[in-house]
Amino acid sequence: MSDGVMKRMGMIFRAKANKALDRAEDPRETLDYSYQKQLELLQKVRRGVADVATSRKRLELQLNQLQGQSAKLEDQGRKALALGREDLAREALTRRSALQQQVTDLETQHQTLQGEEEKLTLAAQRLQAKVDAFRTKKETIKATYTAAQAQTRIGEAFSGISEEMGDVGMAIQRAEDKTAQLQARAGAIDELMASGALDDPSGMAKDDITAELDRLSGGSDVELELQRMKAELSGGSSAGQQAIESGQNGAAQSSPQQDRPRFDKQ
Amino acid sequence: MIVRIMGEGQVKLDDAHFTELNKLDDELLAEMESGDVEGFRRTLGALLDAVRRMGTPLPDDALEPSELILPSPDATLGEVREMLSDDGLIPG
Repeated sequence: MSDGVMKRMGMIFRAKANKALDRAEDPRETLDYSYQKQLELLQKVRRGVADVATSRKRLELQLNQLQGQSAKLEDQGRKALALGREDLAREALTRRSALQQQVTDLETQHQTLQGEEEKLTLAAQRLQAKVDAFRTKKETIKATYTAAQAQTRIGEAFSGISEEMGDVGMAIQRAEDKTAQLQARAGAIDELMASGALDDPSGMAKDDITAELDRLSGGSDVELELQRMKAELSGGSSAGQQAIESGQNGAAQSSPQQDRPRFDKQ
Repeated sequence: MIVRIMGEGQVKLDDAHFTELNKLDDELLAEMESGDVEGFRRTLGALLDAVRRMGTPLPDDALEPSELILPSPDATLGEVREMLSDDGLIPG
């Protein structure tokens, strides 16, 4: 096939579709979905084991019954012979021989079922181990992905680099690659910013400790403010009204109760 | 192979027909690149007719990815050229 209009248009469509899919897909959801599917499969295998075991037990009951009948016929033949009734004895032994054939058939079936049951039990155990391993791996990847994503978001928020993802195959492969990619990118952005090759447009790059401290102090400001408002409200409606008014007027026209503007943080 | 004609739908084509279709496709590409509007219109019509004639239409609710895609019958040379430019069919 030459690279004519048909093929080139097809390729462009596929590339775009992959890109769109890649953007929409959250590997954590894909992993959870895969895990769900594996659990369903495990359930099916277990149900299979139970079905085979039930059939085996039913066969064992039938076999017991047939063997009982066979013993009874043998006894009857012996008694008939003792009474000199050879014809009756022959009849009893003929019936017994037909039963014996059935017993042999059932025994073969029983053996086959037993083999199947063992194989299925083993398969179920192996699958269980795999599903368990997958669950652990899935949780690790999810945690790493979430961390890498957060790290990348922080880096990208400062540098303004837009999101761009690669193209991978299976769910786990995809998630692992994405995670590694995000980590690598987060690392690369940090390095570039540290080296000065990448400008920080916000002009306020902070290390993570400073950022965390800022966040914490921001939080305590909110708490203090909340406490103050609560105190004002419980102190009487006129004081509350005043506080609201002073808030509306802004920091420039602070009320006499305030020593300094409260909303001084950017 | 499944081919989509934009705005029309999908058809299933036997691989044996591709020699003939490729010839028309190459012609179409050459006309597009040289800017031969008349030739482009004629060849696109011939290519679409050939696909419709040789292929079996797929039901509208079929969910099959198209391996090849063809412009709609009323697409202009400029539109197709734009679709094949670097930015592709869907921007971004």
